[in-house]
Amino acid sequence: MTTAMRYIGKALKRKEDPRLIKGLAHYVDDIRLPEMHYLGIVRSPHAHARIRSVDVSKAKSAPGVVAVLTGADLRGAIGLVPCAAQIPEMKIALRPVLADDRVRFVGEPVAAVVAGDRYAARDAMDLVGVDYEPLTPVVNPEKALAKGAPVLHEQYNDNVAYRWKLEGGDLKKAFKQADKVIRQRIINQRLIPVAMEPRGVVADYKPGEKLLTLWSATQIPHLLKTQVAVMLGMDESFVRVIAPEVGGGFGSKLNVYPEEALVGYMAIQLGRPVKWIETRRENFLTTIHGRDQIDDIEVAVKRDGRVLGLRAKVIADLGAYYQLLTPLIPTLTGLMMTGSYKIPAAQMEITGVFTNKMATDAYRGAGRPEATYLIERVMDLVSAEVKKDPAEIRRKNFPQAKEFPYATPTGLIYDSANYQKTLDLALKKANYTALRKEQSKLRKQGRSMGIGLSTYVEICAMGPSSAMPAGGWESATVRVEPTGKVSVLTGSSPHGQGQETSFAQMGAEVLGLEPDDVQVVHGDTAAVPYGIGTFGSRATAVGGTAVYKSLVKLREKLAQIAGHLLGEDPQKLIFRDKKIFSKSAAKKSLPFGEAVSAAYVAKTLPPGMEPGLDATTFYEPANFTFPFGAHVCVVEVDADTGDVRLLKYVAVDDCGNVINPLLVDGQVHGGIVQSVGQALLEEAVYDDQGQLVTGELMDYAIPRAADVPWMETARTVTPSPVNPLGLKGVGETGTIGATPALANAVVDALASFGVRHVDLPLKRERIWKLMHKVPGRAPSKARRAK
Amino acid sequence: MAVEIQLRVNGTPRQGQVEPRLLLVHYLRDVLGLTGTHIGCETTLCGACTVLLDGKAVKSCTVLAVQADGTEVTTIEGLAAQPEAGGQLHPVQEGFWEKHGLQCGYCTPGMIMTSVELLHNNPAPTEAEIRRALAGNLCRCTGYQHIIEAVRYAAKKMKLRKH
Repeated sequence: MTTAMRYIGKALKRKEDPRLIKGLAHYVDDIRLPEMHYLGIVRSPHAHARIRSVDVSKAKSAPGVVAVLTGADLRGAIGLVPCAAQIPEMKIALRPVLADDRVRFVGEPVAAVVAGDRYAARDAMDLVGVDYEPLTPVVNPEKALAKGAPVLHEQYNDNVAYRWKLEGGDLKKAFKQADKVIRQRIINQRLIPVAMEPRGVVADYKPGEKLLTLWSATQIPHLLKTQVAVMLGMDESFVRVIAPEVGGGFGSKLNVYPEEALVGYMAIQLGRPVKWIETRRENFLTTIHGRDQIDDIEVAVKRDGRVLGLRAKVIADLGAYYQLLTPLIPTLTGLMMTGSYKIPAAQMEITGVFTNKMATDAYRGAGRPEATYLIERVMDLVSAEVKKDPAEIRRKNFPQAKEFPYATPTGLIYDSANYQKTLDLALKKANYTALRKEQSKLRKQGRSMGIGLSTYVEICAMGPSSAMPAGGWESATVRVEPTGKVSVLTGSSPHGQGQETSFAQMGAEVLGLEPDDVQVVHGDTAAVPYGIGTFGSRATAVGGTAVYKSLVKLREKLAQIAGHLLGEDPQKLIFRDKKIFSKSAAKKSLPFGEAVSAAYVAKTLPPGMEPGLDATTFYEPANFTFPFGAHVCVVEVDADTGDVRLLKYVAVDDCGNVINPLLVDGQVHGGIVQSVGQALLEEAVYDDQGQLVTGELMDYAIPRAADVPWMETARTVTPSPVNPLGLKGVGETGTIGATPALANAVVDALASFGVRHVDLPLKRERIWKLMHKVPGRAPSKARRAK
Repeated sequence: MAVEIQLRVNGTPRQGQVEPRLLLVHYLRDVLGLTGTHIGCETTLCGACTVLLDGKAVKSCTVLAVQADGTEVTTIEGLAAQPEAGGQLHPVQEGFWEKHGLQCGYCTPGMIMTSVELLHNNPAPTEAEIRRALAGNLCRCTGYQHIIEAVRYAAKKMKLRKH
């Protein structure tokens, strides 16, 4: 892109903010309809049990209650909870909307109560009597694989959901030529997304029009519409889904949940609007979880630090059932396992396992943070093994900038990159050489400072349809209204990312208008063309490209009209300041509105031209994009408390060209802080009975303002050749790139204690124990003072 | 069994019969229709429901409506009527807009209300003081950095307005 851009690349403040900062926006729970009823869900307190009977008689006669439903009532009435991902020979995990005869995780819906207000519904839930016969739960995925383990899905002999293998390059040769082989178990612990807005659904059915309208806190209104129509056996044309204001998703709302079909069904049955709002406790128990992989790795290394081969055996804990993309997520770890390094041979074998827990699925990064944590730990294990600086080891293994597009042994083509440049900038900004000097000085004083690097690459802009389970394209219709205002109707479904602003910037740029002249409409299946949605860092690079292409089509049509009216060559017209100018004779111009008007009045159009100003694009990307970056983290660990203090964080990211740097910074900051959660604080813990003991914000610690350091951000710009604007995407960089930088920093701080790897999260207790393994080794503050 | 309560919400006198167990946040949202105050956890942990009760930031998901009897409640919708806002945006609201202090916006009303209280008590807070003051308000989108900048912006603006 050129510097002549007026709006693309500018840090404009967001168009969506006024309604949000005034408290005037409408999230699902803010939707109020006449005669609305409230639905509450009775959930299983057992991780594994047979349902002997459900007694709803008391609940049915409770004040205000209009309906109580059980799994038996729904048999045949609502289809199963869908999974869109297919892996060859994977087992089927049938999941009804309400459990019928068996429950397989704590929180699984068993009965539903509908009442006139939320308090009455809550009271009646306690009156539903469920008689359970508890079965032995299977919680640990390795134990679930053991012979004789209780089987979750009784039609099968074991708990293996699927086995999947990926191999590229000559692995035998790599290990034969290796000077050393490093082995390590690396665990990506189970995480819980915790969007600040829990899920929620409102449904309204108009029997005359036969129209079901469903408001849901979702990232994928169109896919949800299709699936709900299928589940309810309805003609899809009579289902309308609206994603209103959505309070964060991070993948947790990239799904089709039982409640979405259930609330729709109840609205139809009762002929009244029905609302269900998830409580935070329900959110922890029954909205998808993320990560949860055990990776046993073997690395073939030359003495000089070159990595020749990487082999990983992965156990992926999928939980009790598949949600929309559950089985697919671990395979993304395989695709990205070689990271930003030129490793000639790689192999991953994944065993997906059923356990009595909530399903894992796409949590911000989805499979790639796991890969990045794995490979970035590998790089530090290698540098410890060959006793070379981690920055040097990384440089040694990077492909050179001229080698792009670069083919990985896992079958991907990385579009464009300059890893050296990004690392150099990060090291310079962090003052790396000085940091290393300071570290060795402090070590002599008995203080443990650590410096961690992560030079990540991620796979974004998902993606070519050939590689996606249900279409990877995105749609956009741009319409110039008769008054000259522009409506951008996008198939993307932003929920905080700011595309109402960035797409308006594109519109203003291409058509020579102001961003305030452009309104972005999203999330309503009755208003915008069928789309895929917002996830996988795709909204700008894929959705935005669809918008851009539609804008260009409209500009071409307007140029034809203006050229005709001005008597000028349409190829030589420029759009600026709400006018259409002739390049040849600068004074010859037409107000933008007049060209628009001509398109609608349709009396002065060029011969044969259709009236109207409307252009639609279904953009199919030719490849993924591969943003990358280099993060540097500096910590000090306290030998007395095991506390990790974050001293410095430098993030240099390359997401290609940038539409709005303010929004990019916001994405980077937020992602890094979610990584701080993964690295230091967060862990979903189930006890051996399958009870989620971290089921509240009291026990599951997401980072607070005081837990995080000031972050310095910078960017290098390597445009992607995949799309015309050179965009890569940035939604997940922070969560992908930062976790290993934090982990590597802490391991580096503990290096003098003989530590070469620590499992996440890096809690005080864990670190303190490592520092005190050898008595007297950790100098306490008191002793230092002497 | 309903109980009579009387209070002022955003300057408007309100009175009515409420169930003793009705939460203040449900009173504001469901009875008065002031849906700018959000519910994120129902357990006082996330801060999305923060409102000002007689000028003090409280989490309205764990205050009963009957406890608010006789008080003055300010919600996000009433912030523009505060003296320092002058009928426009409150400086804290303005700061959040200028500094990109929000993404999904769900925690934002609570964040803003807590920040308003902070700046009343401490007109020139340091970064550490801002972080500490916001410890009871969780945000999953922004990483807090732009929120810190938003509060600093507001502090500066409020100081300028006073002089």
